[in-house]
Amino acid sequence: MANSTRSPLGGARGLGSAKTGVDHWWTQRVSAAALVPLTFWFVASLLAHLGADYTSVINWLTSPFSATLMMLYLAAIYYHAQLGLQTVIEDYVHTELTKFAMLIGLQFFNTLLAVASVVSVFILLAG
Amino acid sequence: MSKFRLPKNSRISKGREYSAPTDSVNTKTFRIYRYEPESGENPRVDRFTIDLDRCGPMVLDAVIKIKNEYDPTLAFRRSCREGVCGSCAFNIDGKNTLACITRISDIDGDVAIYPLPHMPVVKDLIPDLTHFYAQLESIEPWLKTDSPAPSRERLQTPEDREKLDGLYECILCACCSTACPSYWWNPDKYLGPAVLLQAYRWIVDSRDEYTGQRLDELEDPFKLYRCHTILNCTDTCPKGLNPAKAIAETKKLMVERRG
Repeated sequence: MANSTRSPLGGARGLGSAKTGVDHWWTQRVSAAALVPLTFWFVASLLAHLGADYTSVINWLTSPFSATLMMLYLAAIYYHAQLGLQTVIEDYVHTELTKFAMLIGLQFFNTLLAVASVVSVFILLAG
Repeated sequence: MSKFRLPKNSRISKGREYSAPTDSVNTKTFRIYRYEPESGENPRVDRFTIDLDRCGPMVLDAVIKIKNEYDPTLAFRRSCREGVCGSCAFNIDGKNTLACITRISDIDGDVAIYPLPHMPVVKDLIPDLTHFYAQLESIEPWLKTDSPAPSRERLQTPEDREKLDGLYECILCACCSTACPSYWWNPDKYLGPAVLLQAYRWIVDSRDEYTGQRLDELEDPFKLYRCHTILNCTDTCPKGLNPAKAIAETKKLMVERRG
C-alpha cells in the first residue's frame, strides 16, 4: 500500500503464502484442550493442600503420579503460552526488526522458564 | 513502535451546523464525517438537522436529501438503494452497515455517520478500497478447472449447491473486513473476513478443481490465521451472513488435509 509504483495486486500478493500456520493453530488448540483437565487437577491439588506443611506437599509432589502430571502441566502451559504470546506479538508489533527481536526473546525466555520449572520438579524428586 | 496520539488527519474538529426549515415538526440530526485530504484541513463533523416528514425512511434517503438540499459537496457512494450493490456501506450509529437498508427510526438520538473504519479516506464517506479489491483478486474468485470444458452446464447436485448458500449472497460491501480488529492491525497481509468468505465460496464449490491450491495459498500465519474468531464480521454483516463460520470451515479443512 505504501509503495505507489507497485500494482495493487502485487501489493496484495506480497511475498506469497508461507504454506505454514496450520500446525501453530492446531497445536494451540490441542494444548488448550490438554490444559483443561490438567488445570482442574492442579487447582484441586493446591486447594487440597491449603495450609499443609512442607513435608506433606513434597510427599504429594514427588509421588510418581503427581510428578508426571506436574511436568505435563508445565510443558503444556509453557508451550501454549509460547504459541499465544507469539500471536500477540505478530498481531501488534509492526516494525520487522522489533518483531523479530521480540519473537526470539520470547522463545529464549519462555524456554528458560519452562526448563527451570521442570528441573525444579526433578530436584524435588531427587530430594 | 507505539503511538499514543492519533495522527493529525484522524483528529476530528467541530464542523458546520445546518438546521431544518422552521415549520418542521419531526426532526432528526445527522452528524456526518467530512474530510478532504487535499485541503490540508483536519476532518470535521457537520451537523445536519432535517425534517423527517419530508424524507424517505432509510438513512440513505436522508444522506441523499442532505446532498441535494443542504450541501452538494458531501461525497458518498450509492447505487441500488436496496441492499444488493454494497456501495453505501458506512459506519452508522457505531456499526458498519448499508445506509439503504437501515431505518432512520431504528436509531435513537442523533445519527452519526462515518466512513468504514480504518481505511484511507478519499473524501468524506468514501474509503479507498483499492487494496481490498486487490486482495479479492489475489484469491482468484472464479471457477478454475483443468478438465476440458463440457459441452453443456457443469452439473452440481442440489446438496453441493446448498453448500454455497450463505456464501454467494455476499455483496462485497466491506462492512465485515473493516469491522475486524485483526484487519485493522494487519490489513497489508491479513485477507480479512470478506475475502476469506469469498475464498471459501470457491473452496467448497464442487465444480472447482483447484481446491488444494486454494488452500495452499491461504495457509499462512497472516493471510488466514490472523483471524482470532472475534466475530465482529458476523455481528455486523448487513446481509446476515457468517464470514467467521466460513473461516472456521477453512481452518477445519486445513487440519483435515494435514491428517
